[in-house]
Amino acid sequence: MRDIAFGQYYPTKSIIHSMDPRVKLILLVAFLVLTFCTLNYAALALVVACVASIVLLSKVPVKMYFKSLKMIVVIVLITSALNLFYGTGEPLWEWGFIKITLSGINNAVFVAARIISLILISSALTFTTSPTDLTDALERLMKPLTVFHVKVHEIAMMMTIALRFVPLLLEETDKIMAAQKARGADMESGNLVQRIKALVPVLIPLFVSAFRRAYELAVAMECRCYQGGQGRTRMKILTLHKSDYICTFIVILIIVGVVLCNVLLPHTLR
Amino acid sequence: MSAIRVENLCCTYGANTPFEQHAVKNVSFEIERGDFIGLIGHTGSGKSTLVQMLNGLIKPTSGKIYVEDNDIWSEPKNIRNIRFKVGLVFQYPEYQLFEETVEKDIAFGPSNMGLSVEEIENKVKNAAKFVGLSDTLLKKSPFDLSGGEKRRCAIAGVIAMDPDILILDEPTAGLDPVGRDVLLSQIAQYQKAKNNTVILVSHSMEDVARVTDKVMVMNKGQLKMFDKTDKVFSRCDELNEIGLRVPQITKVTDALKNKGFDIPEGILTVDKAVHVISELLKKEGKL
Ligand SMILES: Nc1ncnc2c1ncn2[C@@H]1O[C@H](COP(=O)(O)OP(=O)(O)O)[C@@H](O)[C@H]1O
Ligand SMILES: [Mg+2]
Repeated sequence: MRDIAFGQYYPTKSIIHSMDPRVKLILLVAFLVLTFCTLNYAALALVVACVASIVLLSKVPVKMYFKSLKMIVVIVLITSALNLFYGTGEPLWEWGFIKITLSGINNAVFVAARIISLILISSALTFTTSPTDLTDALERLMKPLTVFHVKVHEIAMMMTIALRFVPLLLEETDKIMAAQKARGADMESGNLVQRIKALVPVLIPLFVSAFRRAYELAVAMECRCYQGGQGRTRMKILTLHKSDYICTFIVILIIVGVVLCNVLLPHTLR
Repeated sequence: MSAIRVENLCCTYGANTPFEQHAVKNVSFEIERGDFIGLIGHTGSGKSTLVQMLNGLIKPTSGKIYVEDNDIWSEPKNIRNIRFKVGLVFQYPEYQLFEETVEKDIAFGPSNMGLSVEEIENKVKNAAKFVGLSDTLLKKSPFDLSGGEKRRCAIAGVIAMDPDILILDEPTAGLDPVGRDVLLSQIAQYQKAKNNTVILVSHSMEDVARVTDKVMVMNKGQLKMFDKTDKVFSRCDELNEIGLRVPQITKVTDALKNKGFDIPEGILTVDKAVHVISELLKKEGKL
């Protein structure tokens, strides 16, 4: 259970780690949009090169990135295969009803490259930013929404707590499963109905303990006079550093580069 | 025939990751049938990992485990049978309770063994008696019990499977002093009545000294000592070196002995100490 690593935080020291989480979040969104605005190979190459350098700069072992790619490899294969066969124009190769055209190949390459860049760049964010920093940044960025009576602080607090509880509950599941297995519970064999039934001895204690933890946490927060976001000061004040400005500047340059590529060079995709 | 034999057992968590941890390193030992063994060691010394390997919940990274001379991983499909043979009570077992009534919860193990209804009933009754759960409690919901009762209910759930070897991982942790003493005596009584092999994991030296015949000492994943209880606790300095201490009463009697009083080594319980010292005083005509 504990092996499930959905882009878990990987603590080391790198330029990317030390960036302001708000800047990272904004640049991530900019990048995601950018990947889908690449219309020819030059623009795509620029984006891919940039993603690759971010991956390397993050100092997170490349193996970790491969792990997160492994989960979506099927999706990439299916979508690019579909694109491959649904191209238009002169067929390069034909076999029965299967036609492969140049535009099909182009589509497949672009789709694969875009999805992979997407995953890599989002993994880079979650690998280099701790969950608390991330929700902190979200809270700060969504602050203007308080004008519309959105409870930004409460939402962020809920996210932080939920994120904190995920590993705890996974650990708890492990423990309860082991304890029931020690009493001879059989979770590996049987048909679907039997397997679902076998989960009852795990789920009930898990719910009980989740409610207990939630209750205890609520009491603990109340004991420390927590009363929501109003008037709360911050322990960690986010400030922008020189590296944040530099990175933003570089990303702006890349955006300009991609736009120029798109404008000046012929489009591969229509 | 030995109850459990272990050869060069190793367990590594998170191999080939930055979080790699060698929890158990090259442990070998042999436990005879009917032995009452104490397993002591610091938090994080690998006790829980070791006992989970003994009943096949964790597969060792390397090394072999023999239960009654059969390699338990020779047929991974039959590992469930090993768990019926080697019953393991987890640390804080009260968090595994889930049934509507205490009775049904204790019956979970035996029903997984595929026994008949009468047999199950029988085993549940016996197990409840060993841990001192009354008939009225058996009909209650396990979530309505007190902490100590929940603990005993969970222990009964494992005893009900009638394992040849019973392992308890820190069964007295978090109980009040009276609850501890009662539970410990019940475990000792169970061991005597059945003459089963019992392994008691604990970091209370007093508990271990009171009931066990032999003691294993773990430190940083390695087995440091395995000997008769009084022998282990007479090695006070070595135990101190790895951050463990001997029972307080042993310290007192050892100090007396060093002062020149005629007292044997390795006295483990207060009762025994009272006896020895009053004998001594009588002999000197002071009592
Ligand atoms: N599921 C696990 N995953 C990773 N590391 C673990 C796991 N369980 C225990 N450990 C580590 O293994 C070591 C031994 O733990 P454990 O066997 O629980 O010791 P003890 O029961 O003596 O306190 C500890 O350092 C602990 O952090
Ligand atoms: Mg433990």
